[in-house]
Amino acid sequence: MNDTILHVQDIYKSFDGNGVLRGVSMEIREGEVVVIVGPSGCGKSTLLRCINGLEVIDSGSIYLRDEKISGRTKDLHLVRQKIGMVFQSYDLFPHMKVMDNLLLGPTKALNKSKTEVEKEALEMLERVGLKEKAYALPRTLSGGQKQRVALVRAMLMRPEILLLDEITAALDPEMVSEVLNVVIDLARGGMTMAIVTHEMRFAEAVADRVVFLEDGMIMEEGKPEEFFSAPKTQRAQHFLQSFTYASKRDKKSDKNNFED
Amino acid sequence: MDGAFILAHVPDYLSGAWVTLRFGLYGVACSLLLGLLCCLLRYFRVPVLRQIAGGYIELARNTPLLVQLFFLYAGLPRVGIKFSAEACAVIGLTFLGGAYMAEAFRSGIESVDKTQVEAGACIGLTMGQNIRYVIFPQALATAIPALFANVIFLIKETSVFSVLAMMDLMNVADTLRTSGGRTVEVLFMLMVTYLLILLPVSVLATLVERRLRYTGFGN
Amino acid sequence: MGINILFKGINFQRLMGGLWVTLRLALITIGLSCVFGLLFGMLMLSKRKTATVICRLWLEIVRFMPQLVLLYIVYFGFARLFGWDLDGETSAVIVFTFWGTAEMGDLIRGALTSIPRHQFESAAALGLTKVQIYMHVLIPQALRRLLPQAINLSTRIIKTTALVKMINVTEVLKVGQQIIGQFYRQPDAAFWVYFVIFLLYFLVCWPFSLLAKYLEKRWA
Repeated sequence: MNDTILHVQDIYKSFDGNGVLRGVSMEIREGEVVVIVGPSGCGKSTLLRCINGLEVIDSGSIYLRDEKISGRTKDLHLVRQKIGMVFQSYDLFPHMKVMDNLLLGPTKALNKSKTEVEKEALEMLERVGLKEKAYALPRTLSGGQKQRVALVRAMLMRPEILLLDEITAALDPEMVSEVLNVVIDLARGGMTMAIVTHEMRFAEAVADRVVFLEDGMIMEEGKPEEFFSAPKTQRAQHFLQSFTYASKRDKKSDKNNFED
Repeated sequence: MDGAFILAHVPDYLSGAWVTLRFGLYGVACSLLLGLLCCLLRYFRVPVLRQIAGGYIELARNTPLLVQLFFLYAGLPRVGIKFSAEACAVIGLTFLGGAYMAEAFRSGIESVDKTQVEAGACIGLTMGQNIRYVIFPQALATAIPALFANVIFLIKETSVFSVLAMMDLMNVADTLRTSGGRTVEVLFMLMVTYLLILLPVSVLATLVERRLRYTGFGN
Repeated sequence: MGINILFKGINFQRLMGGLWVTLRLALITIGLSCVFGLLFGMLMLSKRKTATVICRLWLEIVRFMPQLVLLYIVYFGFARLFGWDLDGETSAVIVFTFWGTAEMGDLIRGALTSIPRHQFESAAALGLTKVQIYMHVLIPQALRRLLPQAINLSTRIIKTTALVKMINVTEVLKVGQQIIGQFYRQPDAAFWVYFVIFLLYFLVCWPFSLLAKYLEKRWA
């Protein structure tokens, strides 16, 4: 039985001669949550962007289920319909109400009926606590609310896999947990996800597997409890050490832990 | 000022204003289409056509309409390409305006964040859908002030249509001036009529811009 | 070929002479507009209500009135109204400077107001004097914004001076017509003459446009 959803095989990507991804291979199975961590500039965002074709890889290949999705230029939108992605900068469409943001993909790209999707959208907004904002304009929302809407927008496409690219990096600290709780909720619901984040405690809580990326290569991967308590490579140890001070300070001051 | 003279010639000015407005608007409409076309050719980097569009924009923006009209109306017929005066007026104004409109559309499109385009792609929209639902509405909102400024600019530029022997406002006034001699009244009415044509355009521009601001953009 | 007539005798020189007539007018206008525009821009920013209202009105007039109408008013109208019999070139300088001053002034106002207030404050916090703040912080930033726009306005002024043809100034189009008249037996003379005039204007204006675009990109 093959339940691999995403298969990345030995991909390379460079910008202006700088190798950003240098032979990355990984698999993500159905229902699995993989968290990709690493120092900034290690290529983790690029990896996500390559997966749904926002960047064109130099070599290697990427498969979604058994379909090769790298190296194609035609019908890329059909691939992206099956891959959800949420960015750091929310990127709601500012000229559309929240509901129109949510409806655009399902009605135009998937040709679903508006009433059906609208009902579904309201249910999902309620689950993330934003039902009353359904017909508001994005500019009236806080960063955390925008990011929750962006998550709903991606989920309404019923993607096979969801890619989250540092979705809390642009948020004020007090809004981080409201967004991460939604992600944890999705993970419990069995959503397959690849997550790039700097929130180590969140990573530990949500991940089935952690991938440590540095210099465009996967240095280490493993179960979160192993990776965070006893990293095998020296580089991962160094990387995690840089977070210990921050997280100790966090635990004292930050009362509203996500999960609460 | 001679009130009777002014009243007696209101119909002349009305007919002149009609010519100015009609051909001005034809030119504006064609300019918008041509401008949009050029802008899209460049945005999609269509080979060859993109360079042609770029060259045309430079050529049209850097030459006076008066000279363009002389070339169209008096130059081209000598090599066998003949247009009526009215056709020359619309072609000339479109040639000039298309370039300005293209630049206005371009600045609008450039103002749309690259991440918006990516977000559109990420929910599985085709390039066409992305343009139509995500990029164009935002680009248009940014471009509106420049587009309206171009409309006013183009209607003002129609004042040189008199060299095509068209009886536009300018030519009506000029004919009255040379025949009647009431220069002050003639010019006064000329100013008033241009104002009456352009003021509504300007008010409309303000209303649209205010509405867009109200609707609210910016993330 | 009709193009040959341009190189007969001094025809090409005559054409260039005609072009220079409008270019000279444009240069004078641009110079005056810069000087008066600075005053205009400062007046627009002044706290005197009457000054700003007058400037606003002035700006609206030049925005709404075709330059050709303004030329007619000064060239034909002033003679009747005030008894001033101005020649075409003087009228042109008056009108184009009237127009250019308002447009340039508005650009200068825009450039000055575009600088965020905290720029002044953070410069003051460094202990710079007011003069130093203007010299080293505010004016350089304002100029970067202003210069490309001012160059674009200058190309517009150059193009617009072609209108002096309509008030009987012998400029390049008029000279072209004279040449065509002399060679009326050459059927395609008009085509080549007007084509060359078109090209000449382009060659004059294009470098300015390129420069403006370059500066805009560099200072963006």
